[in-house]
Amino acid sequence: MRLKLLYFAWVRERIGRGEEDVDPPSTVASVADLVDWLATTRGAGHAAAFVDRDRLRAAVDQRFVPLTASIIGAREVALFPPVTGG
Amino acid sequence: MIRIIVDPAPIDVGAEMLMAEGGGSGAVATFTGLVRRDDGVSTLELEHYPGATEAALHDVARGAVDRWQLSAATIVHRVGIMHPGERIVFVAAAAPHRAAALEACAYLIDRLKTDAPFWKRETRGDRPAWVEPRVTDDVAAARWDDGAG
Repeated sequence: MRLKLLYFAWVRERIGRGEEDVDPPSTVASVADLVDWLATTRGAGHAAAFVDRDRLRAAVDQRFVPLTASIIGAREVALFPPVTGG
Repeated sequence: MIRIIVDPAPIDVGAEMLMAEGGGSGAVATFTGLVRRDDGVSTLELEHYPGATEAALHDVARGAVDRWQLSAATIVHRVGIMHPGERIVFVAAAAPHRAAALEACAYLIDRLKTDAPFWKRETRGDRPAWVEPRVTDDVAAARWDDGAG
């Protein structure tokens, strides 16, 4: 399953890049699964970015979702901190 | 009419006001957010999620138009690097009467703070720091959820 990942704000800074393409195994079915997989397979930056799940938010194909949401069939997943606009 | 702008260029409030007033409504309420001068911030940087930001702002504006029967809803949000005193955000709501315009204006700014993917980073001296979300923003946005607005 080919996925485009986007990172913003301090998630982007800790990982060291704003986007990447990944191909997770089929057992990775939710955003939370994806975060676990990234944190354990992609190195220290990803692990540091995802250490505090309470401060992590997500969008699947540009729709804001809880971390429990499915990523089956998704093309783009974004991971970022709580928003602070306005 | 819904007008959504996300851009690094300075916000031209006069031009936006004229457009909001152009729909023939009896009332236009606006809010302007500025970079604060008083707490030692030298620069403020706004990061966003291109595409998703505009879609989220459009949803916020659509919610206000439907709820208050607005003739116009405008959200202009600056991104990139800003300095104290500069405008970060401008919203406008045009309605037949003032109560609807004022309420819709508050709704637009309350909801955009929690519903749109922007991230602020402040620099004090030479130290940049990401701004933490405020519980009061969540409370302000949630007051519109129960239909009591």
